[in-house]
Formats: sequence, structure tokens, C-alpha cells
Amino acid sequence: MGNKVLMKGNEAVAEAAIRSGCRLYFAYPITPQSELIEYMAKMMPKVNGTFLQAESEVAAINMVYGAAGMGKRVMTSSSSPGISLKAEGLSYLAGARLPAVIVNVQRGGPGLGDIQPAQGDYFQATKGGGHGDYRLIVLAPSSVQEFADMASDAFDLTDKYRVPVMILSDGLLGQMMEPVEFKEYKTDAEIEELGKQHFDWCMHPNVDGPGRHHHEINSLEIDPVMLEKHVLNLEKIYKEIEAKEVKLEEYNINPDNEYVCVAFGTAARIVKSAIDDLNAEGHNIGLIRPITVWPYPYKEIERAIHDKINRVFVFELNLGQMLEDVKLAVNGKVPVEFMGKVGGIVFTPEEVKEKIKAYL
Amino acid sequence: MAIIAERPKSLRDISFTYCPGCTHGIAHRLIAEAVDELGLRNSMAGVAPVGCSVFAYKFFDFDMAEAAHGRAPAVATGMKRARPDMNIFTYQGDGDLAAIGTAEIVHAANRGEHISVFFVNNAIYGMTGGQMAPTTLPGMKTTTSPYGRDADDIGYPIRVSELLNTLEAPYYIERVTLLSVPEIIKAKKAVLKALTYNKEGKGFTFIEFVSTCPTNWGVDPVDALKWAKDNMVPYFKPGLFRDKGEQK
Amino acid sequence: MKYEMIFSGFGGQGALAIGKFIAQSAMTEGKNVSWLPSYGPEMRGGTANVSVVVSDTEIASPVVSTPTVMVALNQPSLDKFGPDVKPQGLIIVNEDLCPKVVKRSNIDYVVVPFNTLAKEIGSDKVLNMIAIGIIIEKTNIIKYDTLADELTAFLKDRNPELLKLNLEAIQKGMELAK
Repeated sequence: MGNKVLMKGNEAVAEAAIRSGCRLYFAYPITPQSELIEYMAKMMPKVNGTFLQAESEVAAINMVYGAAGMGKRVMTSSSSPGISLKAEGLSYLAGARLPAVIVNVQRGGPGLGDIQPAQGDYFQATKGGGHGDYRLIVLAPSSVQEFADMASDAFDLTDKYRVPVMILSDGLLGQMMEPVEFKEYKTDAEIEELGKQHFDWCMHPNVDGPGRHHHEINSLEIDPVMLEKHVLNLEKIYKEIEAKEVKLEEYNINPDNEYVCVAFGTAARIVKSAIDDLNAEGHNIGLIRPITVWPYPYKEIERAIHDKINRVFVFELNLGQMLEDVKLAVNGKVPVEFMGKVGGIVFTPEEVKEKIKAYL
Repeated sequence: MAIIAERPKSLRDISFTYCPGCTHGIAHRLIAEAVDELGLRNSMAGVAPVGCSVFAYKFFDFDMAEAAHGRAPAVATGMKRARPDMNIFTYQGDGDLAAIGTAEIVHAANRGEHISVFFVNNAIYGMTGGQMAPTTLPGMKTTTSPYGRDADDIGYPIRVSELLNTLEAPYYIERVTLLSVPEIIKAKKAVLKALTYNKEGKGFTFIEFVSTCPTNWGVDPVDALKWAKDNMVPYFKPGLFRDKGEQK
Repeated sequence: MKYEMIFSGFGGQGALAIGKFIAQSAMTEGKNVSWLPSYGPEMRGGTANVSVVVSDTEIASPVVSTPTVMVALNQPSLDKFGPDVKPQGLIIVNEDLCPKVVKRSNIDYVVVPFNTLAKEIGSDKVLNMIAIGIIIEKTNIIKYDTLADELTAFLKDRNPELLKLNLEAIQKGMELAK
């Protein structure tokens, strides 16, 4: 079985981040992501890394800003209410074009809500959250293995584009244990090299004379013409990401599908169980699971809506947030039905089946 | 011809954006001179605040980060933890440090972060047009305390140096003024000391500069110095609060 | 082969650990597994529980609503999850803490005084191991040897006495289920 270990999602993503060369982690405790911060507290000193429990979420994300400004791989994590507090910092990271990874182990909201799994932060993650025109790359795992794998994907993406990456998980994925296989640890030399790729813009020790640099880590541009240029440049980067980085899973998608479901993360796991059962009864239902929820797989969904498709179903642990993106992709071609569950309650495969069956 | 005065190397050859008579320029120069004198120019990085000195990131000739309002000590923490081989300072005004950024400064000080903080206290928000600051004196009129600061309603000015001096970790805390030449010379010594300790990796160092804002106080620069001396200095008394280097 | 299980009891009785050991051993035997605990306030009120799925194929939903195997270490757990167990399923009940056992038809019940037996073996800590023994004997989810190896690797140096008691408790459970 290789080197599989049974691990909670919260711990697996932390371990994978360390293996990916993350040596700086700043966060504040909140349920249901506490195992993540605790794992970092335990492991960072063992790899000569920095673990710092900040005085607040706000401070934590700004520590990330400072460390990212030095060109180092840095991460923070929280759960929904804490991500709201980090929203200011996310906007600044995006404005200053800093690479950073943010993990959101979502719980029920709004407000304090509860501490059970939810997907109510989809809008916040994919449409903004902080102020101004900016995007985060948002990855939505649906298993502990994928959660862990996304740590290294997230660091690679954020280093490549200098756009912050959020891993949009939830309490179920954080708390659940599944077998997970890890990549090798990056060596200190490899980590050193990763930092150097940013030397053309990041803060780092200087020299006298030729080759001296003055790098500004900054989101302020008081001249409107210059700010326009900056934001249009961001747009160019976002367009490139939209063109190159869309990822999704197609589950039983084929030319004879009668129905297509769309779900992400934990919800997609439940939907898979439901359509397995229904397909065993002779139906032909497919599932599209966006893995990147920004950039969103509009084209791929559009393509899956061929002439035999009668209806599209969207399942989310919220009141219908990704639903809006699915509707954009479907563009009125077929009816789109929605079932959501809120309050931190996860729907059962039976409930999903019932919803679909009502239209079969 | 002998050069008797020149721009410190650590200041870039661009004009300050400060009002005539503003003391920010003096504070910048003191820091730049000290960085030069201590040979820290290649290992230095600073954090600029939000407020009048928001453009400080342009003025210093080394790497600079511009922080969100009040967050400079957190940003500096991240910078120092990421690059312990570099020397980090923040430069903050009273609104930035003593109002919106109170949590960040208290906890950075409490952790004994190995950074230097230069705190410019002129009892008012300058950049946004003269609003009340956490250090605005009782009775002082600002655009948001048009009838004078009513301490019974909005509280008394915060003495940040004294507040931080209640913590165990800080290594060096001193309040100086920029109100006369002898006091500026004294301030320079304090800056040198703070950055020397920074260079030696001693711990958290904090300098408060009692400063002026002629524009928003509505007085000319000379009167501003006198006003500060008569009104601010009695409340924000200059002095050495903590020097762990001296104790030994 | 796919087993969906719920293990439940008071916090500290080791219900979550039953799941962990079964998931761990099943993973070692090459099966797909998921272990999903209740957390937060749900832990209070006596039904700290874990949903475990063991399957030859990829596990879609880790959420178990109708288990095939259920262990109730106390009455609230039996009351909460007993009615959801699938027909032909297995319900293992701690007689010591479940005074009211209303048996459903079409369900295989094993009702055993776990606390009493654990005391006889020598430690309250091994109570949950008796339940695992019953599961090993009644199902083919995991093999005794796999679990014994896991436990030995984990406890041999750390606490050989506890290892001995654990193995004894598992064997006791297997014996009782025969």
C-alpha cells in the first residue's frame, strides 16, 4: 500500500505544506481547524520553521504579508469567521501581488454560526471577500488526499502567478481521517532556490553600487493612471489563470448522460454516492466536480450540456452560491435545479437521490 | 570645497511630500543617518504605515513594505521571522499605532519581536485632514472634536510608551521630542541606540517622537514647536522608560 | 465489499478509537477507509461518535446515515443510532450502560457487559477492544492478525502491559461472539 498513513485533513494539509517548503505559518485558533494550527505548532520547530500564534486573525494575515514580501513560502489557516477577519489582508496581498496560501476550513454561518461543515463561504472566496478588484485562486478539495496534494499545488500556483491561493475546505474534510500518501520533503537547498525566484521583486539583503535594489511591497498607487495600469495588469494575469488553470473532475460524464449534477468539495462526495445508486438502477447521471472554483469551469460545464441532457442539478452546503456560476455556464439551455443544506448539516445520499428522483 | 552636510545614503534623492514645518522629515533623516552610521543599509528593511508618512516606502533607500492601517508591527513580525538576517523597523503615526493598530503594537512588543518601532506622536490625524487621534490632548479642537476633546466622553490621550513599559519583553523604550535642536540631537542618540540594539539582536526597541502638525493645528511651524512644548510635553513627558542594555 | 459503521458512547469510553483501529487495520489490508468523527458540542450528551466506512472501491460519501454495524457503548447511543441500522445489520450493545435494549427483528444483536468484562481483564481502558473483537469475529472487515500487529508496533515499547490486556480483550470479544 505504499506509505499511506491515516490522517485528519487538517493535519495532512499541514504536513503537505511543510513538505512543500513552507517554513512560515501564522494563525489564530478556531474550530474546526484547530488540528492544523496544533500540527504546525508541533512540527515547525522540528524543521527549523516558524510557527507563531498571532494575537488575531488580522495580525496573522499581516504577518503572512510581511513574510511573503520576503519571497518565502508562507501559509495561514482559519475557519469562516476568521477568514472574514483576514479579508482586509487578502485584498492587500492581492494588491501587492504577494504569493501566499490561505486554508479555510469552512463552518456554518453567518456570524458565529456553528462549527459543523458548510460551504457558505463560496461567494466570499470566489467573488472577493475583501475590497477592490481582485481574485484569489480557489481550490476545493473533496478528500483528505486531495486536501494534502493541494498544499503543494497551491504553493506552486501562488509562486507562479503571485496571486494568493485559498484552499476552500470544510469541517468534514478537516476532521475526517483518510489514507494519505505524501510527496517527499523539499530539501533546504530546494527551498532556498524557491525563494530566489522572487529576488527581482521581493525584499532581501542588498548590495552597494550596481545591482542595488529598492523593492517596495505595496498596494498603494495614488496616481489613478498608474493604479489603472496596475489593475489592468492584474486582470491580464487573472485572464491567463482562467485560460490555463481550470481543473475539474468528470464523474460518469458521457455522451448519453440524461442528467448532470454539479457539486464541489464535500457535497460532491455525497452526490457521487447518490448517483452511483441511481445509475445502478439504470439511469445515466454524470457529475461535474469543479476542483478550481476560481477559475471556474464554465466552458467544461457548457460542453457537458448536450442535447440529451434534460436537467442540471446543483448540490451545495449553502443556499445556492455556486448555483449562480452553474447557471451562467448552462445559460438557459436546460432547467437548473438546486438543493442546499445549511446550518452545518450535511445532506445524505438518500436526500440527494430523492431530489433527483423527483425529476426522473 | 569641503562638504559639510549631505543627504544620508539611506534616503533616496526624491523630495519629501510633507508640509512645511512638519517634523516627519527630521525623523526620517535621523533614522537614515543612524542606518548609515551603523552600516545597516544592506540589511535594512522598513515598514511604512497609513497616515502622513504613508509614502515613507519611497523615501528610504532600502526595501520597504507598505502595511495596512495599524498592521505594521504584524508585517514587521512576518518580515523578521522570514529573514532573521535582516534588520527591520516600522515607522508609524499615532492614529496608526495607538488606535487601529493597538493590538498589533502591544503584542509585537509583548513578544519582544526583534524590530525597532519609530512612533511619531503629533496628537492628530494629519493625512485625513486633522481628525482626533488617540493622543489628542483634552480640550484640543480637531475636525472630529470640534468642541474640544471631552475626556469624560471619549477618554484621555494614551501614553503609549508608558503602556508598553508595563510589559516584560521590550528591551528599550524612550520618548524624545523633535521640538528643538538640542532635543533633536538627543533624539538622534535614541535612534542610534535603538538601531544598535536591533543590529545586535537584543529585542524590541521603541522610540516615541513628540512631534508637530502645523497644518492641522492651524499654526505656523515656529508656534507649533512652542505649542507642543507647552501642551504636549507636560502630558507626554520625554524620558527613558526602559533600557535593558544599561541595566547590565 | 463495503461496510458502513457507527461507533458511539460517552467521551472517554473509546468509541472513536474503535473506529480508528478498524480504519487503520483495514487500510493496512489494502482497503479504502474513511473515519469521520462528531466534534464540538455534539460530543456532549453522551453520543461521541464516529462514522467509519471500509470498502474495496473508492468511498464516495463518508457520511453514514444507515450503518451496517453499530456499537453502542451507552444508552443514548443505542437510542440515537439503533433505529438507523440496516436490516441484517449488526448491533453491539454494552449491557452495563444500556438498561433498555428493545430488539428489532432482522438485526443481529450482541449484548455484552463491557465494563464488567474490562474490569475482569484488568483495565477499563480495554473496554472498546472487546467490541473490536466481536466485530472481527462477526464480520470480515479486518483480520485479528493485522490489528494485533498494529497494536504491537504501537505499544510494545511504550506499554507492554497494556498491549497484553488489549490483545486479551480482543480475544475475549471474539470468543463471546462465537
